[in-house]
Amino acid sequence: MKTTENLYTATRNSCKLCAPLGASLVLRGIEEAMPFLHGSQGCSTYIRRYLINHFKEPVDIASSNFSEKEAIFGGKQNLISGLENICKQYQPKLIGVATTCLTETIGDDVDMILREFFLKHVSESLPEIVHISTPSYIGTHMDGFHAAVLAIVSAIARKEKKLKQIGIFPGLVSPADIRYLKELAADFDLGRVILPDYSETLDGGPWKEYQKIPQGGTTVEQIASLGDSLGIIELGHSLKTRKTAGAFLENDFSVPRFSLGLPIGIKLTDLFFNNLKKISGKEIPRKYRSARARLIDAYTDGHKYIFGKKVLVYGEEDLVIAVASFLFEIGAVPVFCATGAKTGTLKKVLPEIASAYGKEIIIREGYDFEQIGEESAKIGLDFMLGNSKGYYLARKMGVPLIRIGFPIHDRLGGQRILHLGYGGTQQLFDRILNAVIERKQETSPVGYSYM
Amino acid sequence: MKKIQILEERKEQIYLKGEQPFNMKCERHSIAGSVSQRACVFCGSRVVLYPIVDALHLVHGPIGCAAYTWDIRGALSSGPELHRLSFSTDLQEKNVIFGGEKKLYKALCELIDRYKPKAAFVYATCIIGIIGDDIDEVCRKVSKEKNIPVLSVHSEGFKGTKKDGYRAACTALASLVGTGTVDNIGKYSINILGDFNIAGETWMIKDYYRRMGVEVVATITGDGRIADIQKAHGARLNVVQCSGSMLPLAKMMEKEYGIPFIRVSYFGIEDMVEALNKVADFFGKKDICQRTYELTNSEICRLMPVLNQYKEKLKGKKAAIYVGGAFKAFSLIKALHYLGIKSVVVGSQTGNKEDYQRLKEMCGEGTIIVDDANPLELSRFIMEKDVDVFIGGVKERPLAYKLGIGYCDHNHQRQIALAGFDGMLNFAREVYASIMSPVWQFMPRRENRGEK
Repeated sequence: MKTTENLYTATRNSCKLCAPLGASLVLRGIEEAMPFLHGSQGCSTYIRRYLINHFKEPVDIASSNFSEKEAIFGGKQNLISGLENICKQYQPKLIGVATTCLTETIGDDVDMILREFFLKHVSESLPEIVHISTPSYIGTHMDGFHAAVLAIVSAIARKEKKLKQIGIFPGLVSPADIRYLKELAADFDLGRVILPDYSETLDGGPWKEYQKIPQGGTTVEQIASLGDSLGIIELGHSLKTRKTAGAFLENDFSVPRFSLGLPIGIKLTDLFFNNLKKISGKEIPRKYRSARARLIDAYTDGHKYIFGKKVLVYGEEDLVIAVASFLFEIGAVPVFCATGAKTGTLKKVLPEIASAYGKEIIIREGYDFEQIGEESAKIGLDFMLGNSKGYYLARKMGVPLIRIGFPIHDRLGGQRILHLGYGGTQQLFDRILNAVIERKQETSPVGYSYM
Repeated sequence: MKKIQILEERKEQIYLKGEQPFNMKCERHSIAGSVSQRACVFCGSRVVLYPIVDALHLVHGPIGCAAYTWDIRGALSSGPELHRLSFSTDLQEKNVIFGGEKKLYKALCELIDRYKPKAAFVYATCIIGIIGDDIDEVCRKVSKEKNIPVLSVHSEGFKGTKKDGYRAACTALASLVGTGTVDNIGKYSINILGDFNIAGETWMIKDYYRRMGVEVVATITGDGRIADIQKAHGARLNVVQCSGSMLPLAKMMEKEYGIPFIRVSYFGIEDMVEALNKVADFFGKKDICQRTYELTNSEICRLMPVLNQYKEKLKGKKAAIYVGGAFKAFSLIKALHYLGIKSVVVGSQTGNKEDYQRLKEMCGEGTIIVDDANPLELSRFIMEKDVDVFIGGVKERPLAYKLGIGYCDHNHQRQIALAGFDGMLNFAREVYASIMSPVWQFMPRRENRGEK
């Protein structure tokens, strides 16, 4: 099916967020770290609210809190006193200073101001301070996310001695996914440095005493040791050709870099496991071979219900690509794949996967939800996969939405959705299949009690 | 445990009832590096104008500001739902360098053609104040071409606090008022200012006035319509709630059209009754007063037995309140009092000197009063005072839950009506459900209390 591209000057119900959000999220995944947005108060408050609604956890993000004076004369004083106040109140080990559109545009020289700050406090013990450039008029939250990982790694990583460990840059995945990756590394007898690791900081238990910065996260020492890793795995098709933290470690410290897609579906997960095998020199543990076998078994049990189903997939490029690849392998067709980003990755990668299954699909980059809704409504979708922001489209079109990724604002447990590996794929497959069956059951005049 | 430290510069914005002298500072810009719970100027404008359901709301700037305010309030509409869409000019690097006026013009025209709004609001974000787009000129031009009001809202994030955003919104509203015809408006008529129809609250309030025999001309901005706002100057009285946000408009209308205003609150049984009585007294018409008496009396008789049942169970519990405007805190203290709950921590983002003076008078000894708090301070206070329930917004919720404290959302994201008489019942139910939930027995912090 062909449809015409739906062009609009304005963005209507954006399918992307701004760069400082991505950077803030990364910083929440480093032990004792504080995100510090250099700009107006609203940026930090809005991003906090947005993250809190997904993770249901406290998310403290400081702001340099511009007024008109700073906007005219520069934010140096606020940046310096802001850093001092954060040190006093939070005693962090690392502060990430992310510049917003305001400070990027007025041209504050953050690096120079940071040097001044260090000079002023030369005799004190200070946290690591990393400057991350995140102008919100360039790219999406994912650009901010990867920029933060790169800035932190290139500021802190060293090379000393070879360690039996891997570095993993998983991208924007769930706390449950990060926990899965940790378990996986342990099962391969590997040490691991996962950046970011907000598996505890943004999905933790109740507190007996107040934690200024929630416990958990990758330590600064672990980040420093990244140059000593046996290999670096970075997840996401969009990263292959970009200047990433993985590329930095490869170039500067000769750490082998394995740039893979997110391991969702059997094919992408196989590729991921084969690389782990290569890096660790260890066979794939039986636990995972069994999980893979169970998954294949489930595929066969469910294949007829899903065959030929037409699916809308939207969200971050890397998630869309991995999920689309998974849908193809179970016989569904991701007829409409869309993202708010405009890096060209979707259009580069997806046609190849689709043509392997003899399919043509609609691929849209730089799209918003209204564009997605207006164009995909013409197709006759069976269901949708993506974050909760697409719910209103699902409601309008009367098709099920299977919630994955970020954000999930209208349900509990978004942080506990497992997407990755054979285990994550199993959960996704079951959820998708049951959503399809449920719809069939609900709309059936009989209401069969067997599937 | 290491005590949470209060920043030196913050100490003047915190007051412990009983201390002398009372010299609380407020209405200051938040301190750099402290995690203020406040938002920005843009946020102030956006939340106030958001519930106008038949207008186009276009955010001029990079994508974040629009994305984070998409469908952000539970403000209901009885008709169009244009307000629930999020429109942005989504400025890119080249627009920042060469200016965004052309993109704004084109975006506005397309959107107006597509959605046929009754008016359009264009919100300036931080970056517009820096690159210097002349949005007033673009608005004038489009207004002329499309023949609808197109209003610029000067809400650059850094140009003050949320309160300045309210003012910018009121300025835009004021330019609409007076442009409609007022021929059919009667003598006993009001505008409802500062109720945002969260979970249908404006409808409830409007219905009370209808039953009293008072005509409601415009609801600003809950379930708001451009045509109603345009004829709002035909009303004889402005009844202003949430006075922080809408007082500027009421004052402008008083000056321009000689319409007096009264300040009210619809939260809690006491304030609700007082609000209706004030309106009835203003008109002083016998049958209106009679109907108001009947209405409030029957509602009080209906509510009190139920509230007393809750009070029985909630007596002696302690609450923390942290809200945007201090006026809401006054009502909450009273409403909680009806449930037997003492307010021991009370704060607001934007209160002024008089507000805090009044809070001081309302609260008991030992109550902590705080202006522009941050998560660390709030956490310290709720632990120190060992509160049972926290009344606040979404950003306060996880603080309460992490520490094993009940919570009631009193901000604009909620889906439960808390205003009016039924709202008071809902409020009681919400507070009761959270405080009495058995889940707290598993919280480690509750062990300190000897609760198992």
